[in-house]
Amino acid sequence: MAQAKAKGGAERLAAVALPASGAWLAAARGAALARAQEMGLPTRRDEYWRYTDPTTLTAATAPAAALFAAGDEPAAFAAIDRVTLVFTDGVFDAAASDDPAAAGVELTRLALAGQADIHWARELYGVLEARGQNPVPRPLAALNGALATDGVVIRVTGKAAKPVSLVYRHAATTSDAVLHHIIRLEPGADLTLLESGPGAARFSTVTEVDVADGASFHHIRTQGRDHERRTLTHIFARIGAQARFKSFTLTANGVLTRNEVVMELLGDDSVAHVAGAAMGDGGFHHDDTVFITHAAERCESRQVFKKVLKGGAVGVFQGKILVKQGAQKTDGYQISQSLLLDDDSQFLAKPELEIYADDVKCSHGSTSGAIDETALFYLRSRGVPERLAQALLVQAFLAQAIEEIEDEAIAEDIRGRLEGWLARRMG
Amino acid sequence: MAALDKAETEVRDGVDRETIETVNAMSGTYKYGWATDIETEFAPKGLNEDIVRLISSKNGEPEWMTEWRLAAYRRWLQLEEPRWAMLHYPEIDYQDQYYYAKPKSMSGKPKSLDEVDPQLLATYEKLGIPLKEQMILAGVEGAEAAPAEGRKVAVDAVFDSVSVGTTFKEELMKAGVIFMPISEAIREYPDLVRKYLGSVVPPSDNFFATLNSAVFSDGSFVYIPPGVRCPMELSTYFRINAENTGQFERTLIIADKGSYVSYLEGCTAPKRDTNQLHAAVVEIVILEDAEVKYSTVQNWYPGDAEGKGGIYNFVTKRADCREARAKVMWTQVETGSAITWKYPSCILRGDDSQGEFYSITIANNAQQADTGTKMIHLGKNTRSRIVSKGISAGRAQNTYRGLVSVHPKAKNALNYTQCDSLLIGDKCGAHTVPYIEVKNNSSRCEHEATTSKVDDDQLFYCRSRGMDEEEAVALVVNGFCKEVLQALPMEFAMEAQNLVAISLEGSVG
Repeated sequence: MAQAKAKGGAERLAAVALPASGAWLAAARGAALARAQEMGLPTRRDEYWRYTDPTTLTAATAPAAALFAAGDEPAAFAAIDRVTLVFTDGVFDAAASDDPAAAGVELTRLALAGQADIHWARELYGVLEARGQNPVPRPLAALNGALATDGVVIRVTGKAAKPVSLVYRHAATTSDAVLHHIIRLEPGADLTLLESGPGAARFSTVTEVDVADGASFHHIRTQGRDHERRTLTHIFARIGAQARFKSFTLTANGVLTRNEVVMELLGDDSVAHVAGAAMGDGGFHHDDTVFITHAAERCESRQVFKKVLKGGAVGVFQGKILVKQGAQKTDGYQISQSLLLDDDSQFLAKPELEIYADDVKCSHGSTSGAIDETALFYLRSRGVPERLAQALLVQAFLAQAIEEIEDEAIAEDIRGRLEGWLARRMG
Repeated sequence: MAALDKAETEVRDGVDRETIETVNAMSGTYKYGWATDIETEFAPKGLNEDIVRLISSKNGEPEWMTEWRLAAYRRWLQLEEPRWAMLHYPEIDYQDQYYYAKPKSMSGKPKSLDEVDPQLLATYEKLGIPLKEQMILAGVEGAEAAPAEGRKVAVDAVFDSVSVGTTFKEELMKAGVIFMPISEAIREYPDLVRKYLGSVVPPSDNFFATLNSAVFSDGSFVYIPPGVRCPMELSTYFRINAENTGQFERTLIIADKGSYVSYLEGCTAPKRDTNQLHAAVVEIVILEDAEVKYSTVQNWYPGDAEGKGGIYNFVTKRADCREARAKVMWTQVETGSAITWKYPSCILRGDDSQGEFYSITIANNAQQADTGTKMIHLGKNTRSRIVSKGISAGRAQNTYRGLVSVHPKAKNALNYTQCDSLLIGDKCGAHTVPYIEVKNNSSRCEHEATTSKVDDDQLFYCRSRGMDEEEAVALVVNGFCKEVLQALPMEFAMEAQNLVAISLEGSVG
């Protein structure tokens, strides 16, 4: 079976032409392509693709996606003082971007760093991705490493002056964008990374993050709501001792979204939280696939994923906590919940625990069901119109995920977007 | 409310005393590891169409049954052994096994229990399962106090490939209940067997079920007619005795409209250095308003502390709640076997049907267990409940794997799942792999899982009252398993509590 599968993707992978780049990146691309070829492209027969059909992600060309009329909602993070870099269909737009130096960090683009014969980014590029291929193969992440045309390369030593904000615009109906980001937080460093926008008709990003001892990384993302876009994201994170990693994603619509997070806690006393709030109606398929490895003592990990589904939307959650032998005093928590607003929607979940240490506290919970009729009745009996009552209950349901955002101004921005979406789409 | 609390405390107290006594009484070895030295007739080693035909002819089966087996065998040749479970074991050589072994003394079929080879009767006597009527299960304290009605247990005793005897057959027949070896049922009730055999677990269901369909040699057949509450508990006791022999039994239970039966299953095997294969299939058909309780205490030889020997247990069990308001309850206590691969499932087809699964799995030393359930909600207002308690000790790996599937038409379905794991020692593993698939919004599914260690405060409390560490652990573990132990019929609950203590011996200190 494995052989047949490798053969299936082999033709497509053999035809891949690697973008021209400097020596270090050319070597990294070659190695990434070799990994992808070794694994073969995924199909629905693979265990971690049983709930999401990867066909449109593995196809040689991107299916067309109509542009979504912008302008009926404010730009993301508009009120946040930040350094913005704009990529339109994966191509850097210098005119629309800020001066990278204002972030107070070492910040360049992959397209530039990749021209050099040697660059520190080679210590991470494809390296964390390769670590994250075991035990679950992620060939599309390796393919991203082979094909990425641009991205950002960031190194932070102290506290960044401003958040770095990556804005992804979608302008062409058949665009196929592949970006790859490298982020290194040196000991004690602190960075907030914001991402927003649909990116392209088909958009793949891989972010490799190295969080050294005592460093803090905050990541907040809103995935653009072009209804027909397809998005595949991977975050590979390596986390040192006494470090913090927090990631939150808001997704509204999109025909297909698969967000993978692969994280290793390698130093003692660290904290890692991954959260997501997703809302979709109609042809919406949203998949959160998370794999957290505890390889050190006294670490805390949390996964909080909430989905609101309507009109045939499909929500998928595959979350795993792996506690290695010796990772004592681990505190692992995972919750995945979905609210099905009508009878056509589906929630498919596989919350896994794999534990090889005895002195640990790990739990997971997963629920799915309709909106609470009693609460709805209560609100209506107090004169709240049904649409508003439903919206309030949806907001209350998603609140636990949004609470994972530490920065109050950013959390407020996310809440505002959520309310706007509900006002437009509910009812 | 106060009275309820008190009752619960008393049960727990009972559990605890029992456990401590058992721990003290036992010397820490598998109690059923002896073999019966009996002359055995084997079919030639290995598997091919001739062996399948031989098994069929030994059982005097009609042509359709032989063809059914052969079709399964041909299908099996095309299947691959499943590898998705978290189980690691060397390649099984399916040609290096005996597929049929029968005590020579069983050649001429005994007409009644009085004619059965005394050596076989002694074997069951020693196992605590006397094959005599009007006897209660021996070795069960407290059973005498139970009302006389509840004490009778009809037993079908399966020894290697054949059933050696069934008790209370006539008395059951008076109530219309058919309880006999499946080999006899194929001859005596071919229409019933033909109608239902393979209707829940089709011969091509999975690798091990397909193998079983080809080579099953015996097992139990139960039919409860409409409206009948089975007058006593039914029980099958499986014993593997011969070396290098696989046991492939098949159980078929049909609960007709409005009937009820409680069925118990137990199993043991001698200690041997080589691994032995056990691949059973249990099919249960439950019609309108009927209810079946199926309880298992699985205590196959688990192998020694180094992982040498032990039974490879690959079992397919499934209940089909075929009509409205059918109800099934699986309860299992899995303490034995080197490898356990077992997912007793419920197909909730009838509207308002109900499935329950209560499980305790204890894996110690080098044991590996991958077990759980499937709840397939197809009918409206179907309900299911899963309570799984996994305990890992030594170097053992224990996995809960389960599926809750709610189909679009299963409106207002309800599921509640609770999976708890307990680790004793830092070299074992406890894993949870649930699949939850909900395809409508009027249904509610809730899943919770926890993993923890034996609580130090609880242990300290016990030890400060003079218990040694092993006693204290057994006590805490029995508390952890309480919800499942209470779901078992009384005779089994006692045995299960003892087993919990024994299975954990040597896991601490």
